[in-house]
Amino acid sequence: MSAPSSVTIGLLLPDVLGTYSDAGNATILAQRLRWRGIPAEIQTITARDAPPTGCEVYLLGGGEDTAQLFAADWLRRHSELRRAMETSAVTLAVCAGLQILGQSMTDTRGKHYAGLGLLDITTAPGRRRSVGEVISTCAIPGVGPLTGFENHRGITTLGPGTTALGRVVTGNGNGTTEAATRHRTEGVLTERVIGTYLHGPVLARNPALADHILERITGHPLPPLDLPDQSALRHTYL
Amino acid sequence: MSRLGAMVVRTPGASPAALSPPGRRRLGWWTGAAVRAGLATASLSRRLGLGAGSIIGGRVTLALDRQALRRLATGRRVVLVSGTNGKTTTSHLVAAAVRTAGPVAHNAGGSNMADGAVAALAEAQDADYAVLEVDELHLTAVAQAVDPAVVVLLNLTRDQLDRATEVGAIASALGRALAQHPRTVVVANADDPMVVSAATQAGHSVWVAAGASWLGDATTCPRCGRTLTFTDTGWECECGLARPTPDWWIDAGKACTADAVLPLDIRLPGQVNLSNATMALAAARALGVPADRAASALREVDVVAGRYAVVRRGSQDLRLLLAKNPAGWAGMASMLSQPRPLLVIINAREADGRDTSWLWDVAFEQFTCHHVVASGERAADLGVRLSYAGLNHQTVPDPLAALAALPPGEIDVVANYTAFHQFRRRLSRERTATR
Repeated sequence: MSAPSSVTIGLLLPDVLGTYSDAGNATILAQRLRWRGIPAEIQTITARDAPPTGCEVYLLGGGEDTAQLFAADWLRRHSELRRAMETSAVTLAVCAGLQILGQSMTDTRGKHYAGLGLLDITTAPGRRRSVGEVISTCAIPGVGPLTGFENHRGITTLGPGTTALGRVVTGNGNGTTEAATRHRTEGVLTERVIGTYLHGPVLARNPALADHILERITGHPLPPLDLPDQSALRHTYL
Repeated sequence: MSRLGAMVVRTPGASPAALSPPGRRRLGWWTGAAVRAGLATASLSRRLGLGAGSIIGGRVTLALDRQALRRLATGRRVVLVSGTNGKTTTSHLVAAAVRTAGPVAHNAGGSNMADGAVAALAEAQDADYAVLEVDELHLTAVAQAVDPAVVVLLNLTRDQLDRATEVGAIASALGRALAQHPRTVVVANADDPMVVSAATQAGHSVWVAAGASWLGDATTCPRCGRTLTFTDTGWECECGLARPTPDWWIDAGKACTADAVLPLDIRLPGQVNLSNATMALAAARALGVPADRAASALREVDVVAGRYAVVRRGSQDLRLLLAKNPAGWAGMASMLSQPRPLLVIINAREADGRDTSWLWDVAFEQFTCHHVVASGERAADLGVRLSYAGLNHQTVPDPLAALAALPPGEIDVVANYTAFHQFRRRLSRERTATR
């Protein structure tokens, strides 16, 4: 990927999928670029906007059930955006945002809804909500343990060729296990999509994951940032 | 719906709320004994310095008699005040207004579940009126027990998502609850789509244009999930849900209805409290309290369960404010407009919500001119948020130590729920120790 001179972060549907404050991920990515001298812009894309297809990153967050179905429908209507997410951009999708990128979702009454089909995952409701702190070991080398707060009722099953973002140490995560190893999984990791159930927002608690996304976009390693309170924050949860 | 509400407002004597006459409570010997046991426990708890005692006392009474709340409320005219933000403040304003008509039982300390309601009613058994702040998740059960004359529904936004359910689900549960009390007058905020979706289920609504300082949780229709259209004068959805025509509105600092203009001469700061005061006047009037007397009584309220109090400590004057979610912070922004130093204290205990993500929906960017210190058990979460907001700040987890990092003079202290109470307790203990 050629390094862009300026990075555009597409914050998708914060008006619909904004319940869990995941829009903070956009601020975090933009500031971490700016602090390193790389210009960055956040484009807020609401349900009324025609989505731009040239963003380097797209972000999706968590939301309520009706909002989630609305968002899935909106994404399916904008096929050029889907193509950009599939071919040129990196996408971070959290909670409901993760679920709608999959093949299908099932509601508590057993009704099925189609997802965007960008990820080979399916989600059905569990018996009760998973609410609380999660720690996982991240599958991306060098990122280390991930910390976040989960609050969902989804049980997400990964297709045979699909990799999890991490293995659960504490908490629930996807609510399913890897077939071969029986490890409990959290999130999804593909070449272009990072999906997770972690709020916090996830990039506030895990700056190494933020920098991993930024290094994918810029195509080169970024110098370390020493943010006050960051290590105290991780120490609180890890 | 709004036409009916307006009718209720204009003829308070004939309002449905006025139909049940006040009378003496006959508790029965068992409930009477349960109430006495609760009061004795509360008094013991106070003497041991364990707290105000209202929660433990109410719990003892309820454990002995599960019907205690219903029996204690029988024959009284009850106003329930609910919503996400402003419950405690508005209940104090309503209580001040209603007190012009007679003694009022009131859970003034903010214990807003069934036990707190029981304690307030037990402590004022001769009061013919009751004003009870009720947690929005407990409104259904409390309303079932007390058959309220008036319910005030302020706003519904997200709060403690780990404990509560999502906002849309709360709104529809409240709507179902209100539908079961057709004689109750619901005083509701016309500017909050979540509140309107619930209050349209009520038999009688009085709509107040109380404003909405934060609509982050109401961008989509609570009824159908479509995106709402907001204009200068209101909001609407394709499905038909729209802002009702208000019966009360605020104009140039005065509360207005079709037939009256009342001064809002209040001592509490901020636009959000003008709205709370207007809701309180609408509630008092729905109860049959003469509006002009009610309006002048609002001035009595200056400190609300410790909030808005100014406490002198050494060379510093601390103004204590409570904000516990993005909507609360948005409503408070106008009170913090002067660039006073700012101490923010954040905890994440059960009563606060364990997830601190909400800090990212607070527009801390607007405080770049303030000297800010981040404090509390989640000082690091807050500190990271402030760095990304571009604020130069200090982080000192212990709030009293944090004060040492701030200059003499006036300081705004904003804390969330448990942080606020801890801080007040430590200040008062410090004063007792030095006395």
